[in-house]
Formats: sequence, C-alpha cells, structure tokens
Amino acid sequence: MDLTEYLLSFLILAGAGFTFVGSLGLARLGDFYTRLHGPTKATTLGVGCLLVASSVYFSSRGDGISLHEVLVTLFLFITAPVSAHLLAKAALHLGLPARGGDGPPAP
Amino acid sequence: MKLLPHPLLSLALALIWLLLNNSAAPGQLVLGLLLGWLIPLFTRAFWPDRVRIRRPVVLLRLVGVLLYDIVVANLAVARRILGDPERLAPAFVEVPLDLTSDLAISLLANTICLTPGTVSARLAADRRSLLVHALDAPDPAATRAQIKARYEAPLKEVFESC
Amino acid sequence: MLSLVIPIAFALVAGAAGLSFWRLLSGPSAPDRILALDTLYVNTIALLVLLGIHLSSALYFEAALLIALMGFVGTVALCKYLLRGDIIE
Repeated sequence: MDLTEYLLSFLILAGAGFTFVGSLGLARLGDFYTRLHGPTKATTLGVGCLLVASSVYFSSRGDGISLHEVLVTLFLFITAPVSAHLLAKAALHLGLPARGGDGPPAP
Repeated sequence: MKLLPHPLLSLALALIWLLLNNSAAPGQLVLGLLLGWLIPLFTRAFWPDRVRIRRPVVLLRLVGVLLYDIVVANLAVARRILGDPERLAPAFVEVPLDLTSDLAISLLANTICLTPGTVSARLAADRRSLLVHALDAPDPAATRAQIKARYEAPLKEVFESC
Repeated sequence: MLSLVIPIAFALVAGAAGLSFWRLLSGPSAPDRILALDTLYVNTIALLVLLGIHLSSALYFEAALLIALMGFVGTVALCKYLLRGDIIE
C-alpha cells in the first residue's frame, strides 16, 4: 500500500465522480443552455483525471514512462470547448427557449 | 518560400508524433522531426499568418491560472448541478472584445468554455463582442468583468501587444 | 485498494453513460440529442481507459483515441447540419 496506489485511487474516484456529475447535469437540468455546462466541463475534467491515472498506472509498472494518454487528454481539452460552442450556436440558431434571465437573444 | 514556415507548429507535430508512439527512440525522433518539417511545408496555404508569442512568461502564467481555474470551476459547477436547479440564475452575457486576431479570439472562446461556469455561444458578425451563457450569474456585470480582466487581458498581452 | 476502487468507478461511469443515453432517447430537441451523443462518446472513452487499467493492458488506448477523434468529427458535422441544413457545401 504505497503512495502511488493512494494517488491512483484518488484520481480514479475523482475522475469517475466528475464524469457522473457531468451526465447528471445533462439529465436533470432544466433547459438546453444549462445542460450544456455539465458535459463540457465536468465530464472533460473527469476523463482527464482518468487518463492521468492511466498514465501514472502504466508508468509505475516499470516498463518506462507512458505519456501517450496525455495526447487524448490534450485532444479532449481542445475539442470539448469547440463542440460546446458549436452546439450553443446551433441552439441559438434554432431559437431554443432558455430559462431565467432575458431568454435567448434573437439570432 | 520559406524552408521552415511555422517553427512552433513543427515542434508541436514532432512532439505529438513522439507521444503517439510513446517512445523517444532516435529513429522515432528523426521521423517526428521530418514530419514536423514536411507537414507545415505542404499545408502552408492553410496557415497564412505566423503565430507570434510576445510574452512567453505571461502565457505560462495564464496556463497556470487556467489549470487552477478549471479545477475550481468544476467543483463549483458540480456543486450547482447537485444542488437545487431552481435556485440557479442562468443568464446570457454580452462580452465586448478588445482582441482582434483570430487566434486570440478562438483561444478566449475556448478558455471561457472551460472555466468559470460559462460557455461561449456566438461571436458577433463584426467580431466586436462575444455572447456568453453563464450557468449561475446573479450578477452578469461581475462575470463580464472577470472574463475581461482574468483571461482577455493576458491574451491581448501575449498575442497582440507591440 | 485498487481492486476496491475500480468497480466503484465502473459503476459511476456506467451510470453516467446510462443518464446520457436517457437524454439521447428523451430529447427533447435536436441539439440535446447531439450533446447527449457527444457525452456518450466521452463516457465510452472513460470506460475504455478504466478497462485498460483493470486489465493492465495498453491496447485499449488506440481505441480511446479513435473514439475521441470520431466523436469530435461527428459532433461538428451534426452541428454544421443544424446550422446550415447541409454538411458539404
């Protein structure tokens, strides 16, 4: 029971927890624009945590350092905002209703 | 025609190649550098402007701030998702832009999506303002001020100062 | 400790995939379904990474990378379709 295992357990639990919270936000929030926040932020960070955990795990097994997980992490962190922006733009284009505030501005 | 049109892109491509192969063997290094040289050379029509980073230290500090903010913002978003959805105050916020270059604007939009409970929704046709949706913004002016001071100012300094 | 943590993580991520799938089925609008599909892709990546750790095999990494790529391209194409009513202009 060394330090690496504690770190790994923490990263895996945090990653899975954030992933779950992201999907929970997608399932229970009221309108499309608020639903967008869960998957873009929480899920991305959750999978990021899991990928870092995988990197630590394979590096700690003694076959040299394993860094290619970083590539997927970087890719996700670059693409998630782009998808979110496009989805928000499409929703505005279709004029989906928004709860609270002044509602969505006209296209 | 320049022999090395985009040194930063070349370096990034070589690094990605090494990560993809998960090895730093000399052969892979040579192949990575070769690809990093050839790909920007053959695709230079798609990359009209050379990226200039004026203040690397400011950029590094921005990346540090961003990583910290991503974790903090996620904890905040997680708390709001788990809390009562009726108590949220979602709002659209119009953020006027001082940035002019494409790269800086897209970086700002990405930053906004990853951090403080906001998603960038639409860039105005004249590129002077960005429409942002905030998950919980009781005070839209504060959100706007935070985005401008915390993310836009360093980006402007890195990519557009003379 | 890992043998205790990994099943919990599997359960959480599977629950997340289930919630995304529910949103995919229930809609109500097209962007909602696209968002749910995108989240489902990312949840699958999480499941694959967990499976890789569980089985101590690095083989699943390539699959995760491919799903990430295809998921992004798919989401962008679907959004473009909603925005323009056409993908190839």
